[in-house]
Amino acid sequence: MNEILEGILQAIQLIVSMNPEVLEITARSLLISLSATLVASLIAIPIGGFIHFKQFGGKRGLITIIQALYALPTVLVGLLVFLLISRSGPFGFMKLLFTPAGMIIGQIVLIVPLLIGMTLIALSGVSQTKQDTVISLGATELQTVITIVKEARFAILGGVILGFGRAIAEVGAAMMIGGNIRGYTRVLTTAIALETSIGNLSLSIALGIILLLIALMVTGLLFLVQER
Amino acid sequence: MNFGEKEVLKDVSFSINDREIFTFIGPSGSGKTTLLRLIDMLARPTSGKILIDGTNVTRLSDREKIQVRRKMGMVFQKPSPLRGSVYANIAIGLQFRKVNADEISKRVSESLELVGLEGYEGRKAITLSGGEMQRVAIARAITTKPDVLLLDEPTANLDPVSAEKIESLIEDLKNRFGITVILSTHDMVQGQRLADRIAVVIDGRIGQIGSSKEIFYRPMNRAVAHMVGVENIFHGVVTENEAGLTAIDVNGVRITAGSGASPGTPVTLYMRPEDITFYEKDSIRSSARNMFTGRIIEVVPIGPMVRLKVDAGVKLTAVITQRSFEELGLALRKETELTFKASAIHVVEQKDTD
Repeated sequence: MNEILEGILQAIQLIVSMNPEVLEITARSLLISLSATLVASLIAIPIGGFIHFKQFGGKRGLITIIQALYALPTVLVGLLVFLLISRSGPFGFMKLLFTPAGMIIGQIVLIVPLLIGMTLIALSGVSQTKQDTVISLGATELQTVITIVKEARFAILGGVILGFGRAIAEVGAAMMIGGNIRGYTRVLTTAIALETSIGNLSLSIALGIILLLIALMVTGLLFLVQER
Repeated sequence: MNFGEKEVLKDVSFSINDREIFTFIGPSGSGKTTLLRLIDMLARPTSGKILIDGTNVTRLSDREKIQVRRKMGMVFQKPSPLRGSVYANIAIGLQFRKVNADEISKRVSESLELVGLEGYEGRKAITLSGGEMQRVAIARAITTKPDVLLLDEPTANLDPVSAEKIESLIEDLKNRFGITVILSTHDMVQGQRLADRIAVVIDGRIGQIGSSKEIFYRPMNRAVAHMVGVENIFHGVVTENEAGLTAIDVNGVRITAGSGASPGTPVTLYMRPEDITFYEKDSIRSSARNMFTGRIIEVVPIGPMVRLKVDAGVKLTAVITQRSFEELGLALRKETELTFKASAIHVVEQKDTD
């Protein structure tokens, strides 16, 4: 019990004194996950728009597969991306294994299905009447898509925030692809896993508190966006 | 026109003239909205043709459809405010057409003035009341100066005051700008007030097309009569015809009406409930030919009016004011004298089992 209390006190001290290692790990985590979320959004929102507005065979099946991939295990993504970018893999020549760029790719793969799904939900939240109204006002197909996506922008943003939350909280892919290299690929989750296993509890708890704060901020942001 | 599995419209054929107010009247679910959506090319018919200025629009490419659609404006039953200001809502149609910003600003102000909402540019659209939003929706549809304005039940969700404003606005638009207005409504009074011509839509078919007078007083069949409130419908056989004035036997009751039908012809008679008048026994007789004595079998107050059912050999439905009801001392199960003019009856020769 004492050990835990001591750990918490030391953790608070680490945070308040702005310990360089804590700051550095936090900054890296944010940078990697924000980059991954940004790129994933640029991929997922247009795909979501395409699926929503186009009629094609197998649409329902595709949506079901995308929904199933919400729960894609992070270690499976880690394994998949590892196989692709490791030295002997098809993209081995790009030397992405154990780099932040590799971790970003892993997180993109992880959250793209979720973002597509959330975009689909957001777009179907725009009523048919609204869509008809836009078309009746003389919109071309592209103008219609842009207007409807704009109408759904807050709901889509909600999905993006959710994606960011999943990216920053995952540990499996980050560990397998990044390798938890100190000062290079070490992020909040991988650091917590390592520091706990070697008994450095105060650092673990400090990083845990920060991760929790980020999660809370994400939730708060989501709430604000959905209030709009 | 099939809509999913269900057939919505069938054997629909009509034409709408330039610069008229043409109204579809019918109960909900009869296919009025689908007709408007077809005209605006928001829905595609499974068969048939739709000609706009002589062009069969069902065969146009998407790009050509947009060009035709840009000459029309549509207002939906449920106004859908887009996010942002009233200005942004009204400007969007012009922005789609790549009109320059100065022109847009001018036209948005003009449109708002027209619908009586000058100065509303900066308001958030979602904060408006239903009536205001519907007027913004009309401003949004007319700011592009369309030749045709389609209105789907524009007052169905509004209070009477807002509805009245919208109705005067529609009259105004037609009179001042010569816009062709195609309107759907389930409100007979609105149809009568606004329409040059009315099409009665029942179960996906057009029951009758004509002026409001024709529709309200000379319904072609039972369904139309029922829809427009003609509650007295009788079947009978012509027994005499003297210079266009016929005597018709309805269940042993002799009714006189104007018709060209010759003796022996089976006919259907239609009469509005407002055309029956009641009078006190032995008071001055009117010139009416149809005078009956009957017993009141049902009394239903409807606002300032009373609906009566009277058994006078045939069962008649009448609507009179609450005041006359009281002044004449009428009551349930009482006997009363009543009359209606021969000209109040619309006679249709029976061709089928209608």
